[in-house]
Amino acid sequence: MSPMQNSYLTQSGTRRGLLAWVLSTDHKRIGLLYLVSVLSFYTVGVLLGLLMRLELLTPGKTIVQASTYNAFFTLHGVIMIFLFVIPAIPAIFGNFFLPILIGAKDVAFPRLNLLSWYFYIGGAILVVTALFAGGGPPDTGWTFYVPYSLRSGTNVSLAVFAAFILGFSSILTGLNFVTTIHRMRAPGMRWMKMPLFVWSLYATAWVQILATPIVGITLLLVILERLFGVGLFDPAKGGDPILFEHLFWIYSHPAVYIMILPAMGIITEIIPVFARRTIFGYKAIAYSSIAIAALGSLVWGHHMFVSGQSYTANVIFSLLTFLVAIPSAIKVFNWVATLYKGAIDTAPPFLFALAFIFLFSIGGLTGLIQGALSVNVYVHDTYFVVGHFHYVMFGGTGFAFFGGLHYWFPKMFGRMYSKGRATVALLILFVGFNMLYFSMFLLGLQGMPRRYYDYLPEFHTGHVVATVGSWVLVAGLILMFANLLHALRKGEKAEDNPWGGKTLEWRIASPPPPENFEEVPVITSGAYDYGAR
Amino acid sequence: MSTALLEHRDDAGAKIGMWLFLLTELLLFGGLFVLYSVYRFRHPGEFHDGAMELNLILGSVNTLILLTSSFTMVLSIAFLRLVKRGASLLALAMTILLGLLFLVNKYFEWSAKINHGIFPNSPELLARSHGEILFFGLYYVMTGLHGLHVVIGVLLLSIVMVWMVRGKITPDRDIFLENAGLYWHLIDLIWIYLFPLFYLIT
Repeated sequence: MSPMQNSYLTQSGTRRGLLAWVLSTDHKRIGLLYLVSVLSFYTVGVLLGLLMRLELLTPGKTIVQASTYNAFFTLHGVIMIFLFVIPAIPAIFGNFFLPILIGAKDVAFPRLNLLSWYFYIGGAILVVTALFAGGGPPDTGWTFYVPYSLRSGTNVSLAVFAAFILGFSSILTGLNFVTTIHRMRAPGMRWMKMPLFVWSLYATAWVQILATPIVGITLLLVILERLFGVGLFDPAKGGDPILFEHLFWIYSHPAVYIMILPAMGIITEIIPVFARRTIFGYKAIAYSSIAIAALGSLVWGHHMFVSGQSYTANVIFSLLTFLVAIPSAIKVFNWVATLYKGAIDTAPPFLFALAFIFLFSIGGLTGLIQGALSVNVYVHDTYFVVGHFHYVMFGGTGFAFFGGLHYWFPKMFGRMYSKGRATVALLILFVGFNMLYFSMFLLGLQGMPRRYYDYLPEFHTGHVVATVGSWVLVAGLILMFANLLHALRKGEKAEDNPWGGKTLEWRIASPPPPENFEEVPVITSGAYDYGAR
Repeated sequence: MSTALLEHRDDAGAKIGMWLFLLTELLLFGGLFVLYSVYRFRHPGEFHDGAMELNLILGSVNTLILLTSSFTMVLSIAFLRLVKRGASLLALAMTILLGLLFLVNKYFEWSAKINHGIFPNSPELLARSHGEILFFGLYYVMTGLHGLHVVIGVLLLSIVMVWMVRGKITPDRDIFLENAGLYWHLIDLIWIYLFPLFYLIT
């Protein structure tokens, strides 16, 4: 693949061929294993999304039956959340770059790291099996709400067990990263000298460790309920479905921060490099990652404002929800302040970062609208919510992921892609994205409920715009990935430091040598020393 | 893949990893403890009736067994540090045996309950009040998950014992034994909470 000798891509140790990859404990190779597997499932998720939009092009039946549509949105959710957004940035870029960024040769537990990937693949295989096995694909939505998930005749148990296994993978990655950051930093790499991507991974890893077990036990209980009818969530036996919702969201809301924090970390790496300026407010950004992780763990109840939980709880959760916006806004202001008086280079990674700031801000602010109790009643379970979380998860995490891919691609593969084509792809993506998801805000305010197969004629225009937007979006995706795939084989050789970055990964060869560093680096300066301007 | 990686050794790091893992285990059980608290708060009377039906003697014996096994676990580590390999192996074997004994007791306890028609979704149980259905549901789920952990713990300790016999664990390389011990103590500790919640508080 690469002309370079002595890179992690060519040097495979004693094993040959595929085995040299699937049995490798090199964090860089494991990162690439995740890259290939995560992007494969992302493709499946995108196709399901595309089919959903196609179905909604006209009222009534367009291409599939209602039950198939239910399976579509359930699997689109399960695949996108558990197989793409949660593992994408920590498992791919975290694995690949965390050790390099702190000057280490590998993570603290390389074999456990490989085991995490096998758990990921095992969980993914179970999800795919749930599609085709006996009872048919699950139709509960990715939230698996009881009591319907206890009654549905579809393969809910299998899908739930898959999510449990994927949770295990996520926990092990988090545990590995926390230990790595505590134990493996190079001499002189003090906490306040760490690149901010590492800080964001650290905060993320803690959320993975602390929140995931809760959903683990909750999902196990759903399986036990289905197998043995214990009754803990079954109102007919005294169980309380609201408790399921609590336990589910105690994990699944913090999981949102597992998705967005590392994305913010990537943006924080990209902005100073392309503005040629020291990051503004290093400590504020580092601490705000921790603040988001901490506060974000206390807001799960805002998913349940209309569930019938106590009104006092609603008020507290609403207040805390508004508070989370503060550390997020701190980051946005710091990114923008870093740009001020910068010598800006509008390369593709930077444009992706700008798109992130724009889309994430819309996603964040519409989140506040739903955090207000009275408004929430109006927009709850409408397309407004769907638009909101796609702006945050796709416009935010997705675009940051693509930005990171374009930023680190030359380092990972030693090749440079066509910057012109990447920029065009981004513009198409941006237009398609806003057509697709901004329409959802308007549809939601008009009253279109989420997850419905059919709709009233007055929603038709909005749905047509959204569906056409989905085609534009996918065209952008195809162009973007085609450009990268082409560069993998035919791209010109990348320099060691094509963007002028100051962090450690830019001081080693592209692609990196198997051991990362010939000698242990000693850190004497900060990660973003571009001098005063 | 590289020799440097194979030689990489960080006992303190391995211990941090283990403690983080134990934290996730606590949170796993934590979800169940939350359910227990809420349902107990809602049905104090029925939880009282349910607890009266559990066998206090079997429960106490099992508590004694697990506490003793934690002690033999500590002895095993202490003996290894004193370079008394035989004594260390013996103490480890006793820990494993006590773990198995706990499971045997649990088996008889569960069987007795099941023979009386008390198990999830049984007609006998469904005829009772909601509070009692929930009490016995939690009893089976929580002691069952704990029992599963005992099984895993026994397997883990057995693997550690094989490693010790093969010389993979030595007085200056005892991190595997110590981490397995931490896991065993956690199992003990969770039982220390389960025992009063189900058997003592009536």
